[in-house]
Amino acid sequence: MQIGIPTEVYADEKRVATTPEVAGWLQKLGYTVAIQAGAGKKASFSDQAYKDAGVEIIGDAENLWASSDIILKVRAPEPLEIDYLSAGKTLISFIWPAQNEELMKKLSAKNINVLAMDSVPRISRAQKMDALSSMANIAGYRAIVEASHQFGRFFTGQITAAGKVPPAKVLVIGAGVAGLAAISAAHSLGAIVRSFDTRPEVKEQVESMGADFLFLEFEEDGSGEGGYAKTMSDEFIAAEMALFAEQAKEVDIIVTTALIPGKPAPKLITAEMVKSMKNGSVIVDLAAEQGGNCELTVPHELTVTDNGVTIIGYSDLPSRLPTQSSQLYATNLRHLLTDMTPEKDGQITIDMEDEAIRGATVIKAGEITWPPPAPKLSAAPAVKLAEAAPVVVEEPKKPSLIKRIMPVLIGALVLYGLGSVTPASFMAHFTVFMLACFVGYMVIWNVSASLHTPLMSVTNAVSSIIIIGALIQISSPNTLLMAVAAFGILITSINIAGGFAVTYRMLQMFRK
Amino acid sequence: MSEGLVTATYIGATILFILTLGGLSDQETARKGNIYGMIGMTIAILATVFGPEVSSNFHIIIITMLIGGSIGMVLARKVQMTQMPELVAILHSLVGFAAVLVGYVNFVGDSGLSGVEKTIHEVEIYIGVLIGAVTFSGSVIAFGKLSGKIGGSPMLIPGRHWFNLILLIASIWLCIEFIHQAETGSGMTPLIIMTVIALTFGIHMVMAIGGADMPVVISMLNSYSGWAAAATGFMLNNDLLIVVGALVGSSGAILSYIMCRAMNRKFIAVIAGGFGTEPTAVPSGDDEIQGEVIPIETEEFSHLLLDAKEVMIIPGYGMAVAQAQHTVFEMTKKLREKGINVRFGIHPVAGRMPGHMNVLLAEARVPYDIVYEMDEVNEDFQNVDITIVIGANDIVNPSALEDPNSPIAGMPVLECWKSTTTVVLKRSMATGYAGIQNPLFFKDNTRMYFGDAKESLDAVLKQIN
Repeated sequence: MQIGIPTEVYADEKRVATTPEVAGWLQKLGYTVAIQAGAGKKASFSDQAYKDAGVEIIGDAENLWASSDIILKVRAPEPLEIDYLSAGKTLISFIWPAQNEELMKKLSAKNINVLAMDSVPRISRAQKMDALSSMANIAGYRAIVEASHQFGRFFTGQITAAGKVPPAKVLVIGAGVAGLAAISAAHSLGAIVRSFDTRPEVKEQVESMGADFLFLEFEEDGSGEGGYAKTMSDEFIAAEMALFAEQAKEVDIIVTTALIPGKPAPKLITAEMVKSMKNGSVIVDLAAEQGGNCELTVPHELTVTDNGVTIIGYSDLPSRLPTQSSQLYATNLRHLLTDMTPEKDGQITIDMEDEAIRGATVIKAGEITWPPPAPKLSAAPAVKLAEAAPVVVEEPKKPSLIKRIMPVLIGALVLYGLGSVTPASFMAHFTVFMLACFVGYMVIWNVSASLHTPLMSVTNAVSSIIIIGALIQISSPNTLLMAVAAFGILITSINIAGGFAVTYRMLQMFRK
Repeated sequence: MSEGLVTATYIGATILFILTLGGLSDQETARKGNIYGMIGMTIAILATVFGPEVSSNFHIIIITMLIGGSIGMVLARKVQMTQMPELVAILHSLVGFAAVLVGYVNFVGDSGLSGVEKTIHEVEIYIGVLIGAVTFSGSVIAFGKLSGKIGGSPMLIPGRHWFNLILLIASIWLCIEFIHQAETGSGMTPLIIMTVIALTFGIHMVMAIGGADMPVVISMLNSYSGWAAAATGFMLNNDLLIVVGALVGSSGAILSYIMCRAMNRKFIAVIAGGFGTEPTAVPSGDDEIQGEVIPIETEEFSHLLLDAKEVMIIPGYGMAVAQAQHTVFEMTKKLREKGINVRFGIHPVAGRMPGHMNVLLAEARVPYDIVYEMDEVNEDFQNVDITIVIGANDIVNPSALEDPNSPIAGMPVLECWKSTTTVVLKRSMATGYAGIQNPLFFKDNTRMYFGDAKESLDAVLKQIN
């Protein structure tokens, strides 16, 4: 079967659906590969490079679409391109079936197979073909690059001969793939990065990327199915907005990446917050295409507000790194095709039992198969459950006041009782005894756990001090008592010598 | 030597003993501490011998001390490090025995006291003998269990809690009786009956406790021997004995507490005995965690080891039984020479007494700075490539954290399953002491390496070479 890669027709789309390297891999699966002349030019892949990789170059689009059985694309097909399609072909590209009902109908009318790269389920096994993640990663990185382009200062703090440069403060809202990529890029430029997400379990990831995780004083878990966030309660949103308003006054750059699947992007940054920001601040709205997280975002455009805040609403950030995004996207496609070509014979099979392929297939032989049955839960909530279990077990029970005071009271009463009936000499010894108990308590807690065995043997030797009791009886005129005392000395001597010697022997063995 | 001088010497000895225990906070200072202890003991004995209370029979002192000292030295020299728990147990019994003897002698001899002071003195004698007798018989049984002369499984007589209660009430009643009779000069009979009861109690208490609870028992007996010495100190009006007894007593009590905490058990529950034998403690869903175990062969194991960067070794009682600690160290040395970071993770209750594993590893010359405590390494397991579990079971059981119905639920464990691969060295699939199945063995990233720990590791060592 022939795989064809047309030039993207969407304005300003610089990406291409395969690279020379990936084309080589596709041929190893038994396919022949053809590409429209100049398709890779904007992504810095020349026709010659494709030719060297064994790819056929076809001059015009119509021929390419006609001769290929499988079409790999980046953007969803334009009306003109749909006309090129004929029955039995397979199209693999971004489709966004939820937003593009009209397109879906048109495609299904063509009696073809369509796999949407945006519908690959987010399960561990399908990560290698998850083009959304690859693109989000690039978008996150590019967001910081765009921001720094518009931002008039360094990101890193410096002390120079000409004075002190404060570091830029970056707030990243939404710690998904894009958010984490933005955190990582901003952190490596030297900025102070903070991040917020409704899902508390991403805290660790945020911190591992070098950002501080902002907490809300609020208990609600925003983890939805498939690794996405869900819509939160009103109280939560109010608390969240208060946090953003406070941060907006302080930070220099805000990157928003908050998306809820199948819904318009939540408005998180109000016009008022933008107004409170410093002159020269930058907002990068990665959700611009879905309406934007910032009220003032103009999708696809860069705008500057009256108070000098730049709002970037570009929706083509991955396309602005065309070489990188083409490489990653092509590799995602290659992984998908590898799974769909189990025999490596150049024949594509759409296995509807395979969860990953089932999810991606939105039209099969003209029949709309979207949406797929719900995927199995992602790993994240399962892990959470496992972690939650020990917390329940260990939940400390705060003893009530009475329970805490009781032992003290009883102790005091016992002491009082003892003091009232016993003579002074006994109390003197008792004082010594209690003090020694406390000294022992303090000293023993410091003993290293690895020395517990020597501790036991040495305390054993030391407790043989009881020999004194036997010694002072040895001069007893009573022969029997004297004999018993002598026996006592004998056995405690065993203990003294044995205890100290074995401790000595053990301690000699401990070495660095 | 005057009374004042003797007391002054005792103060010196007291300070030296405190320094002895304080020194154990660190391996470097521990040796010095031990020397302080020897000096303290020597001057205390010398001061007593030359003090006012000893006036004759010096030759008997010299002879008995020489004989006793030699026996002690021989014992200390000959004992194997794996037998340390037994030695410590039998030495505890001697302290208990001595306390009983001193108590009796003191009772028979004339105290020259009268009135309240005499009554208090009698109570002190009574308590000293009581604790001494419990320590003595308990330690002897512990020794028997640890050395395998008595079966390790708990002996549970029906109504054992009632039995203990009756013994307790009897000893309190006998105490009152004893004081009454002592007024008129007699009282030997209740004292002897109480001694028998105390001995029975000690035996019964330790008999009811099983092998893995031994660390608690040993620490507890250690504590008792201290309290016995303290009671003797009260009896003799001797502050040195009181201080030392209190030090040792609190030391043992803290150790027992640490051990109980490491097993997430109540002290009372350990003493009452019968761990894992309660019918309610057996989880109903035992069969659910059964599954396939994946065995591993010597060759693959060695390859895994050589490819690893971080290796963690978790030793358990099985390593002591197989005497595998030397082979373990040889292997550690080889791997470290190849630039592989090998560390040891020790659970507080691994082995049969507190710190047992540390002593075994020290004996095998494992440097102590690569031996870590549970809390120090538990966070680290995700960075570990291979964890080797040698003859340990319950201390690496994930159900302690995951299954709230497990008998060991809530017990802190070494979370080795978080490492990339775990290799478990084990003789067979038998359950651990707690008698519960270990889901660790059925995990995907766990490999079972069956056989005697020492022989298995010898084979691996050969492969690595």
